[in-house]
Order: sequence, then C-alpha cells, then structure tokens
Amino acid sequence: MALTYDSDGATIQRHSFDYQRCPDQDAVAPVRHPVVVVGAGPVGLSLAIDLAQRGQPVLLLDNDHRLSTGSRAICFAKRALEIWDRLGVGDAMCAKGVEWNVGKVFNGHDLLYRFDLLPEPGHERPAFINLQQYYAEAYLALRAAELPGITIRWQNTVVGCTPQADGVLLDVDTPDGRYQLQADYLVACDGSRSPLRGMLGQESKGRVFQDRFLIADVRMQADFPAERWFWFDPPFHPNQSVLLHRQPDNVWRIDFQLGWDADPEAEKQPERIKPRVDAMMRAAMGRDVPYELEWASVYTFACLRMDRFVHGRVLFAGDAAHGVSPFGARGANSGVQDTDNLAWKLDLVLRGVAPRALLDTYGPEREFAADENLLNSTRATDFITPKSAISRLFRDATLDLARTHPFARRLVNSGRLSVPATLHASPLNTPDRDLFAGAMVPGAPAVDAPLADAEGGGWLLRRLAGNGFAALVFDCDGAAVAAGAEGIVPVNLVQLSASGTAAARYDARPGTVVLLRPDQHVCARWRAPTAADVAAALRRALALH
Amino acid sequence: MPLNTDPNLEAPDSFYEALIETHRDLTEAQSHALNARLVLLLANHIGQLDVLQQALAAARASGR
Repeated sequence: MALTYDSDGATIQRHSFDYQRCPDQDAVAPVRHPVVVVGAGPVGLSLAIDLAQRGQPVLLLDNDHRLSTGSRAICFAKRALEIWDRLGVGDAMCAKGVEWNVGKVFNGHDLLYRFDLLPEPGHERPAFINLQQYYAEAYLALRAAELPGITIRWQNTVVGCTPQADGVLLDVDTPDGRYQLQADYLVACDGSRSPLRGMLGQESKGRVFQDRFLIADVRMQADFPAERWFWFDPPFHPNQSVLLHRQPDNVWRIDFQLGWDADPEAEKQPERIKPRVDAMMRAAMGRDVPYELEWASVYTFACLRMDRFVHGRVLFAGDAAHGVSPFGARGANSGVQDTDNLAWKLDLVLRGVAPRALLDTYGPEREFAADENLLNSTRATDFITPKSAISRLFRDATLDLARTHPFARRLVNSGRLSVPATLHASPLNTPDRDLFAGAMVPGAPAVDAPLADAEGGGWLLRRLAGNGFAALVFDCDGAAVAAGAEGIVPVNLVQLSASGTAAARYDARPGTVVLLRPDQHVCARWRAPTAADVAAALRRALALH
Repeated sequence: MPLNTDPNLEAPDSFYEALIETHRDLTEAQSHALNARLVLLLANHIGQLDVLQQALAAARASGR
C-alpha cells in the first residue's frame, strides 16, 4: 500500500520501501555525487530535504527498508517544528501531533510544581508536540519524495569509506552485491552506533549511565491532559521515576526507571509490563483501565560526543555526532538543528559562493550546541538517577524542601527541555556596535512573532521561509541592505513595523535592521546600518575574508 | 564578592547550641538529611554562585 500523509500508524510501521537496482551498480567507474547522506532517519531526511530545496541533488543511502517502530524520539520541540515548516512538513507534523506546553512534577503523591514552556502568546508553534517517530519519518519521507533532487536507495549499506583529497570513496553493499560510488561530501546521519564513525577510526566519548528504563507505548482511553507528567518515587513505582506523555491515536508513552540490575529482556515481556501499568492506572485514575500494549523497549543511555564533527569531506550529524539522555528531548531535536546549520553552508560552498571555511564553522557551532545539550542532559540525569549516597541525599533533600519552599522547586530537575543554542561565539556573528536589549543577540535563533495586517499578516518565521539570508527592516526602506548585498548574496527584505510585536521581541526602533542567516540565526543588527556595514556583515557570515 | 570568613555570627555560642539542638533525637540518617536541607536553605539565602563556590572550596579544603 502506498504511503500517504493520511496513513495510519500500523500502515506506516508495516510499510516496506522497495530496493531498486540502480545504474551506479553497473557503472565501469564509481559514479560521483556532490552530496551523499547516510541514514534516512529524521536527521538524514531533514538534511536531504533542505539541500534539495536549495537545488542540490542529494543521494540518501539507508541500510534498511523500513521506517522506525515505536514512539522513540516522541517529543519534537518548537525549533525543530519551525525548521520543518521551512522544509514544508511542519503542518503535517503539527496536524497529527499532540501539542503541549505544560509539565508537572510529582513527588510521591504530591504535585511539586508545574512549569509552562511557552508562557507568552504570539507564537505559531507550541513548545512541543508529541508524535511517534514513525509518523515524523513518514512525513519527511513523503516530503522527500516530492522533491526530484532527492534519490533514496534503500537496503544500501555503506561498508567502506575511504577519504580522498577531493571527496570520499564509498563501498556499498546491496541485495545484488557491492558497488562503489564517490561523493564530494559525505554526511553521516547513521545514528548513535554510526558505522561510518567506526570506519573513520573515530569514537564518541563521554559518560555512560548505569541505569535502565522501560518504555511502554500503551493504547487506552484515559483522561490525563496533554502535559508532561514526571514522578519522583511514585507510590505505584517506589524509589524510581516515571514519565508520562500523551501521543496521537490514544497512545500513551510511559517511561519507567528500572535500575541497573533489571534484566532488559525479561522486563520487555508483556507479563512483566502489565503489573507496572496496572498499578499506575489504579493509583493515577483510581480504577482499572483496559489498554493494549503497542510497543515496549528497555534502554540505557550515555552522554557523549565526537571530539570534532567535521573530518575533511565527511561531516557527522545527529546521534552519530553526539548522544544525550532522553530527559530534555535533546536528541532528535538537536539533530534536526544540526542539519539546519549544515545545509545552507554546504550548498553555498558547493556553489562556490562561500569558501570551505564556511563549512568548517559547522563543527564548532554545533559542537558548542552539543556541549550545551550534554550539560543539561547530564545534570538532569544526575538528579533523576543519583549515583552516590550523598547525591541521593541532596536530591531527596531538594524534593523534601520543594513541597513547601519555592526556591527548591527551581533545583528539581526532571529534564531541562530542548531549546536551541544561541551561538554567542560564532565567528560568523558581527558583534553589536549599537545598544540593544533582549534575547535576539547575534547568534540567537530568530524568535517568531505574529504580524499585523499592515505587515502582511501571518507569522514572522513563515515570512522567512525562503532559503537565503533575510533582513528584518523596521520602518525603513532597507536601501542600505539592498545596496550592501549587491554582488555578494541575495537578501530577502522583510518590512516590519517598529511598533508591532516583532519590533518588541527584536528591540527594534525605526531604522533598525536585523540580519538573519539562512538558518534564521541572527548574525548582525544595527540601529541604522550603512551599505558598507551590511556588506561587511554578509562577508563575515559567509566566511569571506 | 569574597566569601566572608571573618567572625560574622552575632551570637556564636547561641547559634552553635541551636545547631546541635536541632539534631536532638534524630538518627544519623535523619541528621544527614537535615544537614542537606540546611545546606540548600542557606545556599539559597546567599544566592551568588561565586560566593557559594568559594564556600564549597573552603569546606573541601578544611577537611581532615
């Protein structure tokens, strides 16, 4: 059955993509491709779509012929949704996903506190949607199929990778045997166990946490709200933590902390899962609730990353480059941000608009972001699963104080949820010359805002949906931007009011200009720039020196 | 701000007596838990990270 945007979860998880023999397999010499992406998960698919939208032909290789099974990544953050809007797939994700902004943290029976991840109105996208990973992958695969620049070869397993001066030689195994191909650039999006990482003699280093968690995807009629609920030491699962999320199709995702001594194979069995879910439902809903177990898995995790994400003509993105614990939803979301950072740079370097030095900034920018994610993830993990008696003592002291003292609630850490990194130290930023307030500093990802009718209506980020640089110009004609961009790179002028919501969020006054990179990060801002200011900032943002 | 390690308690002997009295009749485990809560309460009162870091370092350095 053909996959469509309306396919149900069972159809998507059953769907098998056909292996097709390709002419490259019969070529006398290895056929050369400008970009080969390895791994058709959310990260590889997002990258392929972004590059294809920029007009680059992309070859995407995947060792399997199916999409993901089970909920897996589940929580997709606002920034990933905004990137997917640019890739033409955000509406499909949000139409299916369960929106949420609120989290609640319980200790034992008691609600300790609630937090709202998007406390202000005026954003198109919520803080998060919950969506089974297979839906996300299916929508991305459908979007990729709409773009003629993308070729996906299923059941094409990379088994050899030889770096060359001007590219990479790949050995690819298929049901018809092996063949070779060449790539100007290779992007490894092949997951946490990344075979390509191993083939290059690289490793991802960090901390492995000695704890096990059971995921149960349960289909049932339940009346919990669409919120993230986290329990420390709940009465139905004493001394361990539990996390509950609502997903589409009346499927609930429950993560039970099991401890390091749990037997992962035994715990995956339905007869072991049933009493845990039954106890939870009786405690949380006061009655037995009929349910079906959809999927279960037992996982461990590590917080680690590669020393460098750029190795000559091979670039690493997503879990291949960095791994985090699940508390904070920083895995898939940061992987999608990797592709957002990489696609425009790779495109402009392939076109000869920017030098190789631009591509090299992918490494430090996303390594910085990975460190931020790892720091948050490690801190949350240390709080949730304390690994020494004294760490446990302080954790419990914090929870005890949090019942009555608001300050202690700020210390309770059930996961600091994914927000995009502000690239403060990026060499592509032009440091502020003029005085500005607010969060939209050079390096910050552009924040959304509702636009007034006079500004064209709709949402600010939708107006940035093009693939190039953009300048937000507030109550001015933007002549300096147009003149400064001349002969360097096209810049999309977005005319805005200096008295609207966007102006407030960007601290704009009449004459203010905010220059955005193609990945929507601020790279410069001025109160009244000259053409020379704009030209210099664009050259800096393109690593043209 | 530098950590104040000069004498600063307005009634040192009364404070010390109150500290010990707070632990009266507690088991060792209960006392450790109380101390942990006390550290967190006092840390919040101080607030500044640099002062707290100096206090953490001084406490670690003064151990036997």
